[in-house]
Amino acid sequence: MDRQEILAELKKVLTPYTANKEALNSLNEQTDLIKDLKINSANLVDIFIDAEAKYDIEIDMDSAEKIHDVGSCIDVIMEKLGQQK
Amino acid sequence: MDRRVVITGMGVVSPNGVGIPDFLTAIQQGVSGLRFVPRHEELNFFCHVAGKPEFDWEQLRNYLPEVTFHGLKGSTIGYAIKAAADAWLDAGYSLGGEETHWDTGCVFGNSVADTEAMKRVISFVDSKQARKLGSRVIEQSMNSGATAYVSGLLGLGGRIITNSAACATGSQAVLLGYEYIKHGLEKRMVVGSNEYIDSYIFGAFDSMRILSRKFNQTPERSSRPMSASANGFVPGSGAAALVLEDRESALARGATIYAEILGGVTNSGGQRGGGSMTAPNPDGIVNCIRGAMEHAGVSGSDVDLVSGHLTATVADKMEVACWATALDRTRGDFPRINSLKSMIGHCLSAAGSIEIVAVVLQLWHQFIHPNINLEDPHPEIVDMIGLEAMPVERVDKEINIVAKANFGFGDVNACLIFAKHK
Repeated sequence: MDRQEILAELKKVLTPYTANKEALNSLNEQTDLIKDLKINSANLVDIFIDAEAKYDIEIDMDSAEKIHDVGSCIDVIMEKLGQQK
Repeated sequence: MDRRVVITGMGVVSPNGVGIPDFLTAIQQGVSGLRFVPRHEELNFFCHVAGKPEFDWEQLRNYLPEVTFHGLKGSTIGYAIKAAADAWLDAGYSLGGEETHWDTGCVFGNSVADTEAMKRVISFVDSKQARKLGSRVIEQSMNSGATAYVSGLLGLGGRIITNSAACATGSQAVLLGYEYIKHGLEKRMVVGSNEYIDSYIFGAFDSMRILSRKFNQTPERSSRPMSASANGFVPGSGAAALVLEDRESALARGATIYAEILGGVTNSGGQRGGGSMTAPNPDGIVNCIRGAMEHAGVSGSDVDLVSGHLTATVADKMEVACWATALDRTRGDFPRINSLKSMIGHCLSAAGSIEIVAVVLQLWHQFIHPNINLEDPHPEIVDMIGLEAMPVERVDKEINIVAKANFGFGDVNACLIFAKHK
C-alpha cells in the first residue's frame, strides 16, 4: 500500500471527525489535524482507534505522539504495517 | 427580587408521542404508548411490557453537528437533546449560534446514566480491550452527560446543574429552575429530565415485584392507575424539557406564554412515619402539597385539576387520600384527577417533566386528558373522591389552576402549582 492509497483511506476515517469539509476535500500530507481540520484534540484518540481497526495495527502512545498532520499519520501507519511483515 | 415565572417552550419524547403535536393528539385521544417487549419474556421477567418512544435516531443529525452525532450512543442523552432542542426552538431561539447565553441556565435530571453504554465498557475492560473504548464514553456515562450535551448544544452560560431524586427528579428539576428565576438569579432556564430503561435497570425493578405482570398479553391495558386491578407499574423511557422565563423578559421579546408557574415545594418525609426508602411518609406528601399551594397563594378550592403521581400500585390509594387531606376536598367536591401513566407507564426520572408538559398542554388548550384503563376504579378511591373526579374520556372545560406532584424513592416529594397565564 503506497502513501497515496493510505491518504485516500485516511480521508474516509477522518470524515466523521471534522466539520471542515473544505480542508477535508483538499486533504494532503501537510494538512494539520487540529489546526486545519479543527479536530478536538480529545477526539484524536478515536481516529487512532479507527485506524488501528482499519489496518489491523496497534498505534502505541509513543507513535501517537508523533502524529500531528496527515503525513506523520501516514508515516506511523506505514511503519506499523511494515512491522507486521 | 421577586419575579413571575412563565413557560415559553416545550419539547417531549414520550412513549405515546415524539414532539409536541403528536404528544398532544395522543393525550387528547388517550393513546397508549405501552408495548410488548419480546426480550423481557426471554429474560424471564414478570413484566413483559414497557413504554419506549418511537425515536428516529437519525433525526438527531438535524440538531447536532456531524462530529458530535458520530460517536453518540446513549439513548437517554439522545432523548434529552431532542426534547431540549425542540423546547429551545419552540421558545423562539435557534441552534448553531456561536454566542454564549450568559443569562440562561439549565437543570436536567436523570436516575442512572446510560447503563447500556456501561455494559459496553464492562465487556471491553473485562476482555482487556479498554484502549479501544475511545474518548466519547465518559461524557456519556457521567450523570451530568445529558446536561452537558444540552447546555453545550444551546450555548447556555448560567447555572448548569444535574439533579437526581428518583421519580421526583423531573418535577424537582422544573422547580429548581423556577426558583432560580423567581429569586432573580437567572433570566431563563432550560429544565427537564430524561430516562432510558434498558434490560438491566428493568430487571432490577422487576425483581422488586412492583411491576405490572397480569396484562402481558394486552400491553395497552397494563398500566391501570386508581383501578382495583392495578397490579404494579410499567417502566417507560423518554424525556421532556421546558424553557422557563422571567415573565417580563418573555413579554418584552413577544414570546408565546403557555402557562405560569405559581409556586412549588420539594421536601422529604424523612423516611419516618410510614415513609421508607421506597414508600413516602404521607405527612411529607401533605406538607409538600400544602406548602406548594401556600407558596403559590392558592387554596385547595382553587385547584381545577390534580395531575397525580399515581403509578398504578397499592400506593395510589394513599396518594389520593393525601390529596384529599391537603386540598381539604372530598367526594362531591374533589377536583378532576388524572394520571398520564395510564398511557405511558412510569417514566421514572422523566415522568415529572413529561407529565408537566402534559399539564401545560392541558392549560394551554383547556382540556383534561382521560385516565385510560380505568374500567374498575378502586372502590376505596371512589369512596374518597367520587367517580366524577376520575374522567375516563377527555373533558373540555375551563381550567385555571393545576396541582402536579411526583414522589420518589428516598422519600423525596415535589409539588408545583401551574396556572393559565393571565
